[in-house]
Amino acid sequence: MPGITREEVAHLARLARLELKDEEVDHFATQLDDIIGAVARVSEVADQDVPPTSHPLPLTNVMRADEVRPSLTPEQALSGAPAQEKQRFKVPQILGED
Amino acid sequence: MTDSTIIKLTAAELAAKIAAGELTAVEVAEAHLARIEAVDEKVHAFLHIDREGALAQARAVDEKRERGEELGPLAGVPLALKDIFTTSDMPTTVGSKMLEGWIPPYDATLVARLRAADVVILGKTNMDEFAMGSSTENSAYGPTGNPWDLTRIPGGSGGGSSAALASYEAPLAIGTDTGGSIRQPAAVTGTVGVKPTYGAVSRYGMVAFSSSLDQGGPCARTVLDAALLHEVIAGHDPMDSTSIAAPVPPVVEAARSGSVQGMRVGVVRQFRGEGYQAGVVQRFDEAVELLKELGAEIVELDCPSFDLALSAYYLIAPSECSSNLARFDGLRYGLRTGDDGTRSAEEVTSLTREAGFGDEVKRRIMLGTYALSSGYYDAYYGSAQKVRTLIKQDFDKAFEQVDVIVSPTTPTTAFPIGERADDPMAMYLADLCTIPTNLAGNAAMSLPCGLAPEDNLPVGLQIIAPVMKDDRLYRVGAAVEAAFVEKWGHPLLEEAPSL
Repeated sequence: MPGITREEVAHLARLARLELKDEEVDHFATQLDDIIGAVARVSEVADQDVPPTSHPLPLTNVMRADEVRPSLTPEQALSGAPAQEKQRFKVPQILGED
Repeated sequence: MTDSTIIKLTAAELAAKIAAGELTAVEVAEAHLARIEAVDEKVHAFLHIDREGALAQARAVDEKRERGEELGPLAGVPLALKDIFTTSDMPTTVGSKMLEGWIPPYDATLVARLRAADVVILGKTNMDEFAMGSSTENSAYGPTGNPWDLTRIPGGSGGGSSAALASYEAPLAIGTDTGGSIRQPAAVTGTVGVKPTYGAVSRYGMVAFSSSLDQGGPCARTVLDAALLHEVIAGHDPMDSTSIAAPVPPVVEAARSGSVQGMRVGVVRQFRGEGYQAGVVQRFDEAVELLKELGAEIVELDCPSFDLALSAYYLIAPSECSSNLARFDGLRYGLRTGDDGTRSAEEVTSLTREAGFGDEVKRRIMLGTYALSSGYYDAYYGSAQKVRTLIKQDFDKAFEQVDVIVSPTTPTTAFPIGERADDPMAMYLADLCTIPTNLAGNAAMSLPCGLAPEDNLPVGLQIIAPVMKDDRLYRVGAAVEAAFVEKWGHPLLEEAPSL
């Protein structure tokens, strides 16, 4: 099982939307390498004919009738927003210059 | 009755005295608020104390009683609530800077049930950030101290809840258990903690860490108190699609009738060996002897897949966390950092998450992102789910032979604050005995079984029951608790130093 490199950690941070500082990348690379090395044993059972369990209970999708029900008011829904305008969430620009 | 007497009463005793008019709910709330004021600066069990709200709830209970209305089984009893449940009248921070000061627009189902049962909520308790940790050192608001020794950890992630019980700041508390976060703090603080069967208590309004593992449950100083709280919070909730639509097992009845006569009790070979403190093993062995004396039959069991449980857990939980925590993007609620008008939403999200999350959360998000990435998915996440199947099969086979399984709750007693802070793998070992249960969805309890001779700190006995057989935990737990209290001459907590 491969170890984890500093470059991979930087890549993971980008994928996970974490703006890590250089020293944090070094710190996490060492720790993640240790952890992955320790947990890699699970692959010892990978070849076995074992069905995976994703959840302790058998789950079925829950549907309800398409009826209007009481819900949060716009004021309640927006109450935790970092910024709002005209009863909407105000977010930073989504599209870049190009 | 003096404040110092009131705070030592159990929840069952308090409820009975309030119902009989021997104490008012306001007197009880005031006694606990005074205790919090006196000791919480040292313990730091609470992140938020709702003095006015608690007194208003208590007054409402007293008025209800005066009007002759029927009171719930825990009416007027104070409770400390882990800061992971949404509360519409108090902040919910989940121990993180990401949600500092956030007041949710709705109550969690569990909170609504507590309010409906007239339980008095004193405030919100400290926890490892987003419930990730085994020591409450990962809280963005500073660590909680263990009332037995304030330089040691009170367990995690629900260290605040268990410390509030052990320091007599509250007779009841609520925790959540993803890999042991109710039972491990209970063990190291000398209190009782129960992880109900997965799906037995609603997760609606409980901030999600790892959805297939997270389970809310009761924390208390006695087995009966935990059972009384269990009955208040458990039961089907249509707002939670993973909630079990079945009657709540008769846990209070089981706690009142406590007996192990004729029960088959399993001891798993994999729950001992390297990494277990000698004093913990000694107290556990004595508890097994006690079970024998009480009429139980002890059966040795082999559950070979348990050796891989920790590894599977540290792939599954981070994977689910990396997905669940994607919602903290700084756009709709919580912290927003770096929005100076020149940066894109993506840049603001990255800067916000960097500023808002602590190291353990970042570590797990990256670990989960790695385990779920296309090149490694089968080797890590897929294999971990196969291990989960094997663990479930081990439990199924074990429960064909026994009624319950017992083990130490934790391999060691409370370790010093800071000792494992830079060694995540050492920290993860604290949940060695509790994790298999979360992976399989079983019910489990931790209760005190003595002090380790080498450090005079509490040791926990874990009892594990099959899915939806939570009543067995209380039946066995109550019998063991009664026998220990008789042997010691008092509850274990009375040996804790005064604060």
